[in-house]
Amino acid sequence: MRSVAHTWRRLPLKAKIGAGLLGLFILVAIIGPSFTPYDPSFQNTSASAALRGPSGQHLLGTTQNGQDVLSQLLVGIRMTLILAAEVGVIATVLSVLVGVTSAYLGGIWDEILSLLSNVFLVIPSLPLLILLLGYLQQRGDTATIIVLSVLGWPWGARVIRAQTLTIRNRDFVAAARETGEQTWRIILFDIIPNQVSLIAANFVNTVLYAISASVALAFVGLADLNSWSLGTMLFWAQSAQALTLGAWWWFLPPGIAVALIGTSLVLLNTGIDELGNPRLRDARFATKVAGRRVWPTDPTPVLADLTRGKAASFLHSFSRESVLEETTTGGKTR
Amino acid sequence: MPFILRRLGFYVVAAWVALTLNFFIPRFMPGNAVEAIMGKFPSLQPSAEKAIEAMLGTGRNQGSLLSQYGRYLTDVAHFNFGTDLTNYPASVSSLLTQTIPWTLILVGTATVIAFFLGTALGILAGWRSGGWLDRSLPGLMFLQAIPYFFLALVLLDILAVKAHVFPQGQGFDGQLVSPGWNMPFILNAVQHSVLPAITIVLTSVAGWMLQMRNVMITTVGEDYVLAAQAKGLKDRRVIFTYAARNALLPQLQGFGLALGFVVSGALVMEIVFSYPGVGLLLLNAVQSDDFPLMQAIFLFITFAVLIANLVVDMVIVAFDPRVRAKEAR
Repeated sequence: MRSVAHTWRRLPLKAKIGAGLLGLFILVAIIGPSFTPYDPSFQNTSASAALRGPSGQHLLGTTQNGQDVLSQLLVGIRMTLILAAEVGVIATVLSVLVGVTSAYLGGIWDEILSLLSNVFLVIPSLPLLILLLGYLQQRGDTATIIVLSVLGWPWGARVIRAQTLTIRNRDFVAAARETGEQTWRIILFDIIPNQVSLIAANFVNTVLYAISASVALAFVGLADLNSWSLGTMLFWAQSAQALTLGAWWWFLPPGIAVALIGTSLVLLNTGIDELGNPRLRDARFATKVAGRRVWPTDPTPVLADLTRGKAASFLHSFSRESVLEETTTGGKTR
Repeated sequence: MPFILRRLGFYVVAAWVALTLNFFIPRFMPGNAVEAIMGKFPSLQPSAEKAIEAMLGTGRNQGSLLSQYGRYLTDVAHFNFGTDLTNYPASVSSLLTQTIPWTLILVGTATVIAFFLGTALGILAGWRSGGWLDRSLPGLMFLQAIPYFFLALVLLDILAVKAHVFPQGQGFDGQLVSPGWNMPFILNAVQHSVLPAITIVLTSVAGWMLQMRNVMITTVGEDYVLAAQAKGLKDRRVIFTYAARNALLPQLQGFGLALGFVVSGALVMEIVFSYPGVGLLLLNAVQSDDFPLMQAIFLFITFAVLIANLVVDMVIVAFDPRVRAKEAR
């Protein structure tokens, strides 16, 4: 518990604001749906109840069918967050699996997995998502979660692979290996705990991707339109021309909720980034001496010692990163 | 082999993966596209089922999977994406050729503007980290977190519907001008593209800026930058020819990778403006279960992003002395 409090104190202000804002939305997602004033799907068919602005009875007004917008919003936030969290967990697990395996196996397998991640990174995901979901006839949440997770791992895998490579070559891992520790134990207890912040940042990023993609997909109509999520709310508001009719209370809340959740995630991520990268973190503390900025000293970089076979270095030479390395000829590479 | 040729090789592999996915998705997805189409048009006779199967290429009597695959690749090579379902008997490729220029010009220009603007702002924010520009970043992140289409709708409502500053959607005013290479039409089209372009720039500029700022902060801490300052060089020279020039390389790599995401967002934005581009076409395809059209659009967007990435690689070659040095060896 003390270490949690300690980490919190070290967090930059941005991250604290982000975490606070996100915590607020998570709280709403947990307790909100039990406080909904109405059933979000309940349609009040009397003409006087349709498309009314905010009032004491309906704090955020009503939709065209007399449904309570606040109730929809409370349920929608939960739906959207749960979906995004599930995608975040699945895709992050995939990223860690692929990234760590790739770095650990090394050689040709590493290059094949890296090539695969690079290919999936460069293929635009939204049109592919639309194509996949378009062909699926039942468009429930499960389908969306699977499809989003399957396409959500490459970026994380790349980052985690790079980090695993540098950790793998540190002395404590070598020591563990010398004492006869098994590979899976080294991975689980030495490698992964040392990149928790990276995995956390990757999780946050994936959740962000899942939210924006799922909202966009629902807006296009590729979601279970009978359930209430922030995306389907926007879909129905747009298809009823809510803004043109002046019903801002119907259209703005879900959009602003998406934007606020997104902002909190970005802030949180920049915070985690600053925690891991001393130069970003200490930017605030850079001292000025005679009008010039003086920077805190850097940590010593650990160079990954990569050994590639002929086939592996051939594959590697096709990647963009190959440019950034000094030599790429077969054998030892520094 | 030169770097650029190797990259070309990589993009050929990526294109092949996309093509193969596009081939297998209709054949291996649960649920039946043919039934979906039959359900969509109740007036179709049951005998039409075979015809639709043949058209989608998913029928059982189409020969082995391998020969189907071969035929599919030949079709794609000849830009033959079959007949469109909703706009029958128009061919899918004719629909695409009508819409591609709109998207290419709008999304392309706006993305490049956003990239340059974001990079320039990132350079300044990174150089004076902790300055006012740097501290305004959280506000810009809010802009970035807003879904493209949401910001587009709000701006459209405020600036076009209420304030009449911009035209209300569409690519051009059909009552005033007729499409063609004449001045009134081009001016009209440009006028219609300003607001969509603004939304793309507004929502994507913060991402480029944040990335550039982070790389810039790391670069500014390098010894050679300090050395340049110690030599008494002007700040401007240190910023642009020493720090920013090197910080630009990771930024360019990021540009290539983020391109697919940015373009996807921009496509959804087109829907809001009823802009006659690929995004709107994609929406129509989704809403009418128009599978051949969806597939062709997916391929087009993928190829466009791959080509843009190749261009990015060429720029990297031009900027990065290490590539040239390696190739000279």
